[in-house]
Amino acid sequence: MNAGIVIIGAGECGARAAFVLREYGYEEPITLIGSEAHPPYERPPLSKSQGASAPVVVAPRDKYASERIDLRTSCTVTRIDPDLQLVHFAEGDPIKYDKLLLTTGATPRMLRGISPASKRILPMRTFEHALGIKCLLGPTRRTIIVGGGFIGLEVGAMARAAGTEVVILETQSRVLTRGVPQTIADTLVERHRQEGVRFECGIQIEAVRETDDAVEVELADGRTLTADSLVVGIGVVPNTQLAEAAGLVIDNGIAVNELLETSAANIYAAGDCCSFPSAIYDGRRVRLESWRNTQDQGIHAAKMLLGKPDTLASVPWMWSDQYDLTLQVAGLADGSERSVVRNYEDGSRIIFHLGADGRLLAASGIGVGNSIARDMKLSEMLIAARAEPDPDHLSDPSFKLKSILPR
Amino acid sequence: MADSWIEVCAKDAIDEEDVIRFDYGGKTYAIYRSPEDTFHATDGLCTHEKIHLADGLVMDDTIECPKHNGRFDYKTGEAVGAPVCINLKTYPVKVEGEAVFIKVA
Repeated sequence: MNAGIVIIGAGECGARAAFVLREYGYEEPITLIGSEAHPPYERPPLSKSQGASAPVVVAPRDKYASERIDLRTSCTVTRIDPDLQLVHFAEGDPIKYDKLLLTTGATPRMLRGISPASKRILPMRTFEHALGIKCLLGPTRRTIIVGGGFIGLEVGAMARAAGTEVVILETQSRVLTRGVPQTIADTLVERHRQEGVRFECGIQIEAVRETDDAVEVELADGRTLTADSLVVGIGVVPNTQLAEAAGLVIDNGIAVNELLETSAANIYAAGDCCSFPSAIYDGRRVRLESWRNTQDQGIHAAKMLLGKPDTLASVPWMWSDQYDLTLQVAGLADGSERSVVRNYEDGSRIIFHLGADGRLLAASGIGVGNSIARDMKLSEMLIAARAEPDPDHLSDPSFKLKSILPR
Repeated sequence: MADSWIEVCAKDAIDEEDVIRFDYGGKTYAIYRSPEDTFHATDGLCTHEKIHLADGLVMDDTIECPKHNGRFDYKTGEAVGAPVCINLKTYPVKVEGEAVFIKVA
């Protein structure tokens, strides 16, 4: 029997890869190793829904057994040996691999000096984080959110929905500086203010203290804020430690080529942990932290592990739900392009970003519920098709984007 | 309820290769007009996270959920793209004159 494929990282990416390997008829052993106690689950609902007693799993545990995927949870890998093709564990014997896939994901940044065991100061990444945060929300509670990015704003909306008093602290002069146009950020901030969220932008945190029943944040301007909990939403760092120790090339994550191959033979990487040359942006090296990408790359990784010819040409895409508003971003804007706005009757809006050559590079939309979903999907398809749409068509909400889609 | 055909709308109320929402009797449905000008009906909510499919995009025989991009063949209800794995229930549809009817019982 062959050693088969070992996947380190039992999140959405690793799980998709494992199932797709079986779909493509791979018969050798598949081992899927995760450090968390749960089988692979969906992270987006953690910061969007009001609290569930169990994570939304990618597949029930028995599906792994029936697909002959050896799912090892609460299992810590200590070392990879690329020469002997071995994976070493904290406990138990090492296992051999024919091919190794790294889907190690990312770890949220924490505030300096805060214990990872803190009960009141938490990031939002795992199911346990979500449980810990949610049990400190409520009508008589206060929470401080550090970081005005997507996670911070989503948790803010969730906390307000639970009746919690919310203040969002941001060191930059405004929130959502990364990833969305200013006017869309303004719409979100306005909505948060209507809901009673307080923003403190351009502040500096001097110290954070945790007592038995409160959290205190000392600001550089001399004020001290107190709350029942503090949520840290200041980004994530890719989990590259194992790869780095094994001598793999790191470049804003584990560096892979278009085949998702790392610099070591028979080792691949996919998902949040890796940077890759984006096929639809002419090889520009990017690392994405989105649910869609982690699935797409998991599926792509399975194909690459099996040597199937394919190009991952999917368009980067993410969404965020806050109150009744949904935000979607498709493609990658680099800030230098021309913008065209499409305003809908109901107040929804999509901003298109066109390159100097007229190519549609990205689109960002905001609206109530799924009002912009269809046109955002069409925008994504136009971006993938390298379309050069007429700006007058883009700005006219009655013009059917579907009619200019190459079919 | 022997004859439970329910009038949904006029044919022209649905664009070709498009979908609308239809609510009846406490349930919600999605009614489709295919590029070949045939009409079809399914449950309105995606089997993944209960998102209404009427906000989704119809391409050929496929409806894509507006939220997480799960895809179904709306003619058969078959789930054809991750993350959906549970098929969508379909309902008989007929066109009489200019009106579209579905049989929900």
